[in-house]
Amino acid sequence: MSKHQIHLDINGRAHDASVEGRLTLCDFLRGDAGYTGVHVGCEHGVCGACTVMVDGLAVRSCLMLAVQADGCSVTTVEGLSSGDGALHPVQQTLREEHGLQCGFCTPGVVMTLAALTQGEQKPSSETLINAMSGHICRCTGYQGIRRAALRLAGETLAPVEDHG
Amino acid sequence: MNQPETRTDRYIGKRQARSEDLRLLTGRGVYTDDVSLPGMLQVAFHRSPVARGLIRSIDTSAARELPGVFAVLTAQDLERYQPNMLSFFLAPPVVPVPLLAVDRVCYVGDPVAMVIAQDRYIAEDAAGLITVEYEEEAPVVTLDDARQGPLVHPGTESNVAAATGADELDPDLEELLNSAPHLEVIEMKHQRISQSPMEPRGVVAAPQGSGEMTVYLSCQGPQLAARWFSQAFDLPQTTFRVISKDVGGSFGLKGQPWREETAVVAAALILGRPLKWIEDRLENLTSANQAREQDMKLRVAFDLEGNLIASHADYGINNGAYPHGADSNIAVMMFLWAAHKLQAFNFSAKGWFSNTVGLGAYRGPWALESLAREVLLDRAARKLKIDPIELRRKTLITRADQPTMTPMGLALEDISPAECLEELLKKVDVAAFRIEQAEARKQGRYLGLGFATYIEPTAGTAGVIVLISESCHIRIEPTGKVSAVVSTHSQGHGTQTTMAQVIAERLGVPFEDVTVYEDDSSRGGYGSGAYGSRQAVAGGGACIRAADLMADKIRAIAAHVFEARPEDVFIRGGRVHILGAREQVYSLRDIADVAYAEPERLPEGMEAGLETQYRYCPPALTLTSAAHACVVEVDVDTGFVRILRWVSSEDVGNMINPAVVEGQVAGGLAQAIGQVLFEEVSYDARGNPTAVTYKDYMLPTIFDVPVFEYLHGASAPSQTEGGFRGVGEGGCIVGPPTLVNAIADALAPFGELKLEFPLTPPRLLELIEGRPMGRRHG
Repeated sequence: MSKHQIHLDINGRAHDASVEGRLTLCDFLRGDAGYTGVHVGCEHGVCGACTVMVDGLAVRSCLMLAVQADGCSVTTVEGLSSGDGALHPVQQTLREEHGLQCGFCTPGVVMTLAALTQGEQKPSSETLINAMSGHICRCTGYQGIRRAALRLAGETLAPVEDHG
Repeated sequence: MNQPETRTDRYIGKRQARSEDLRLLTGRGVYTDDVSLPGMLQVAFHRSPVARGLIRSIDTSAARELPGVFAVLTAQDLERYQPNMLSFFLAPPVVPVPLLAVDRVCYVGDPVAMVIAQDRYIAEDAAGLITVEYEEEAPVVTLDDARQGPLVHPGTESNVAAATGADELDPDLEELLNSAPHLEVIEMKHQRISQSPMEPRGVVAAPQGSGEMTVYLSCQGPQLAARWFSQAFDLPQTTFRVISKDVGGSFGLKGQPWREETAVVAAALILGRPLKWIEDRLENLTSANQAREQDMKLRVAFDLEGNLIASHADYGINNGAYPHGADSNIAVMMFLWAAHKLQAFNFSAKGWFSNTVGLGAYRGPWALESLAREVLLDRAARKLKIDPIELRRKTLITRADQPTMTPMGLALEDISPAECLEELLKKVDVAAFRIEQAEARKQGRYLGLGFATYIEPTAGTAGVIVLISESCHIRIEPTGKVSAVVSTHSQGHGTQTTMAQVIAERLGVPFEDVTVYEDDSSRGGYGSGAYGSRQAVAGGGACIRAADLMADKIRAIAAHVFEARPEDVFIRGGRVHILGAREQVYSLRDIADVAYAEPERLPEGMEAGLETQYRYCPPALTLTSAAHACVVEVDVDTGFVRILRWVSSEDVGNMINPAVVEGQVAGGLAQAIGQVLFEEVSYDARGNPTAVTYKDYMLPTIFDVPVFEYLHGASAPSQTEGGFRGVGEGGCIVGPPTLVNAIADALAPFGELKLEFPLTPPRLLELIEGRPMGRRHG
């Protein structure tokens, strides 16, 4: 197998590595770089768990090779919150809305929502819900994910009622 | 003087944010694939491409020669270890279950050889270089094949893996059925389901010099898994320690280790190296045990008022080649009529071997009882021209009818499906819907409203040796912080949060001060973990009792050391208050200092330290009840179903955390929607799986699942410690009939649905257009 030298930025740190051409970006991020928050759920681009940001865009890291990320800036879920331990607004909203159970699909959900809400973007709720259709969650029935997406789009939700 | 505050903070019943979420949202959880050890090698399996056949030869030479390959093992190499592949109940298998195929393969995906290499890429390369010659035979794929075909396991008497009930028809029951004013008969075929946890199975097996085998495992409970390995391998000199920190869902699949995980442990014993196997999605959809492939003929006799007279069920379930436990699914029969006024019932139930991947558990394994009963009740209501709600009011056992005994011998004390239904009807205006439905039909739009009720055994313990009790061990550390080791386990359940809520409230300490550990079989005592919907009941009860013991001990120490009456000592906010003319306040650290460092100051005879434990045995059976309703629109041009509304009304007893309860209901309902509309593990006639990616095995997305509404008003505390009833499987049991009944109601003008699942657009169009449509597969 041929080896390729790559240089990329991951979560603000420079990484140099020698990788095989066939190594997927997700396996590189998890194994070589140690960012195990990147979760591999299907390896064929359907479940969305492995989503990371590459140069600011949400990307399925199982469908991209490590060599293709040469020269890129990659953000994984570990790199999202600031150093002081405070959660990123997407993470905080998902927590408040009980948007996760087992947490395996969660890093992908977080990264897609973070990519679409970063900077000055003001995505509509429709945009965020549409994007969430690219993530499979087997636990939650998407109830908290939907509420979080609506809130991140600026909608005010009625507080949850406790009946009886 | 103000009355001193003696109440502790309330956590039980609060929508407490989960402590697990902090690590899971930031990518700092530890799932099995996140564990890496020095010298660790990776495993890939070579699997059979044929469903049934004899192995003529295996050539592993090319694989062995590939650089980076450490070993290639076949069944012969694992002969030293022939673990007894126990069921979840720790019963021996009814046919021998080899770790790797010996001389015969029994399904596509049957592991034939394992490659151990320096990384997974090389291991898979090498697995592809193994050549196996097969003498292929005609496979036994479907339930009908199993009933008529050759023996799946030569040497057995038949393909019946397990049987309960009677083959012979009872003449008295037949007379009741045949002479009744109305006999309703349904025949249904339920498709095979993949549990599809987002994290597939996985194991890291690391032999230690001490004789300990450390197994990092994606499982439903490390205590049960350690017990399983220990009993299966029967190696007195080896201690099995199972560590399971974060698990990405399970839904029944990971309730016990199976062939691949056990083969990896055996290989680690042989090679003396840490080995990792992480199942990929292709393997998960083809080689992980699956569930639900069943058929049933259900006959029910009614009088003309809709009263139930008698019933008979004839049931079959595909066990595949190597089921987790050979099973005829007796719980289907136990619960089919458990909540109804029906005394004359009989059945025949059989589990059948086939050349497919084995049967495993899936959320509510007996759920077909609710689907069959509720669909049949609606059909009978249409034919008898009785309102389906009135039919349920007439036939359901109410709280006022209890205590009573079911025909299958279950003692009922406090089920409430009828009361849940009444609560539901306060929010679902049926009369208004019928007007809307009639108006819509005039415009060619087909709306439907479906109802279903059910009861569910949650913490059932009677006779099930692995489920009798759960343990909680609480320590106030010398630092004053609270640690609890509980035999619960979370694959998303959030038990580190809910058990901490229980302990914090009962002990009188802040929630944040309680840390719950449930991830390591070497600390704490035996428990089954997440099995059945039982953790709130069994684990919660243990936490209450252990926390109460701890609070008593703290009060006794404080009273003794600070010369107060025990009844004047209160713990709240994590501090010990001694009431009196001048209230004294001490920290838990102050009490811990005495308990650990100055035991001579303790009351006479009291054990030093601050540790308590309690093993709680819940009652023999705890039951939850629910009634659900949903509204659908079926597009009669495309056959697509859109769910417009879904309301759940349930009795789960006292809730520890309503957000967690609702999360369990919602997750089960999403899986129900997948079962009814999309999901199908399909095979062609040669036994080749034809849904092997998530493009073919279609899971519900956010577009397919509506916003759920929850009603808790019918809840009443149970008899268990804490009054909890448990939650987990219910949505996956009551959800399918609720949705099917809504679709059947929408399409009633076209006739009755053919009960073959999933109800894909082509199948619905067959009814709508009255002509055969193309099938998805085969």
